[in-house]
Amino acid sequence: MRELVIIGSGPAGYTAAIYAARASLNPLVVASSVEFGGDLMNTTDVDNFPGFPEGIMGPELMMSMQTEIMYDDVVSVELEGPVKKITLGNKEVVEAKAVIVASGSAYRKLGIPDEDRLSGYGVSWCATCDGAFYRQKTVAVVGGGDSAMEEATFLTRFADKVYLIHRSENLRASAAMLDRARNDPKIEFILNATVEHIYGDDLVSGIGIVDTSSGNETTLDVSGLFIAIGSDPRTHVVHGQLELTDEGTIAVEGRTSHTNLTGVFAAGDVIDSTYRQAITAAGSGCTAALDAQHYLESLS
Amino acid sequence: MSEARSVTDASFASDVLASEKPIMVDFWAEWCGPCRAVSPILDQIASEYSDKIDVVKMNVDENPDIPMQYQITSIPTMKVFKGGEVVKTVIGAKPKPALEAELQEFIG
Repeated sequence: MRELVIIGSGPAGYTAAIYAARASLNPLVVASSVEFGGDLMNTTDVDNFPGFPEGIMGPELMMSMQTEIMYDDVVSVELEGPVKKITLGNKEVVEAKAVIVASGSAYRKLGIPDEDRLSGYGVSWCATCDGAFYRQKTVAVVGGGDSAMEEATFLTRFADKVYLIHRSENLRASAAMLDRARNDPKIEFILNATVEHIYGDDLVSGIGIVDTSSGNETTLDVSGLFIAIGSDPRTHVVHGQLELTDEGTIAVEGRTSHTNLTGVFAAGDVIDSTYRQAITAAGSGCTAALDAQHYLESLS
Repeated sequence: MSEARSVTDASFASDVLASEKPIMVDFWAEWCGPCRAVSPILDQIASEYSDKIDVVKMNVDENPDIPMQYQITSIPTMKVFKGGEVVKTVIGAKPKPALEAELQEFIG
């Protein structure tokens, strides 16, 4: 049996792995087969991680944190009792004395008609993946946070015009990201508006936006709609086993990583509905590794 | 990177449309993280089911025409062609079991 399995390979999972490896816990990181590296794999410049004053590309930062990794997905877990069982996509069952859940978060959908149908046909959650298909076109980004600003700014490399649509006047984005977007002549902000319809037979041809004060709907001709309205903690594999908070994150005790189950720890975006930064996730991963280490020491 | 054979705008008709066997085209680009992630999985599928399906890849940066013709706006996109027609489209990187499920009618 293994001492420790870490589920997730974003900043939290990798940092936990570094600490656990240095404590000779020989951790296994289950990294996911296609989403390893976490959210940062789909970003470009990361300008707010200490030690990289010139900025670093998200994927590069994640690759430099790597440790021993299994590129597979967690299908199910049994977290109760002294032996934790983790079933992988290749049907292998890994047993461990302790588990750190650092499974991150998944993109939130708008939840409007035709969003799923046109997903991949003009509706996208990843500007860095799909932006290049919108050369000289008009696109819209929906959202008011850092990721929306980043997507909008990135898309100006290709698109002629980028609408930034947000449901209120309050933009959560940091001042630096906001300034960059506001000063970009290709970006037009449309505030106090929600996206209610997506039009197009085979490909997106336009969206219907509703002014939140007047209720009037107008149509914008766009070829692409990039959705950046945040994300939800990815907890489906631990549902029914770990206690969740009202926000849907895994509940942990105070500033620790202790979940309601002994020997199960959680870290990163999956416990954090507030800060959700690479560096806070990394710090949280460190906490979880130290908590797991103390727990494992207490067993012997 | 993928070991799959590359096809181009110029070779598409003979390599893909004329193929007698079902053939899956992986539309990808160097700068696309999810494309890199799914690429080894496609290699595995190609070798495990080589008697049933061919897997080839097309770089969308080097080949502008075919991706436009097939309205590719998101990568990775995997399209299965049979008798010159698209019979299946899978968009986005997915784990191997999920891809196998999507391709069941060809590899089952």
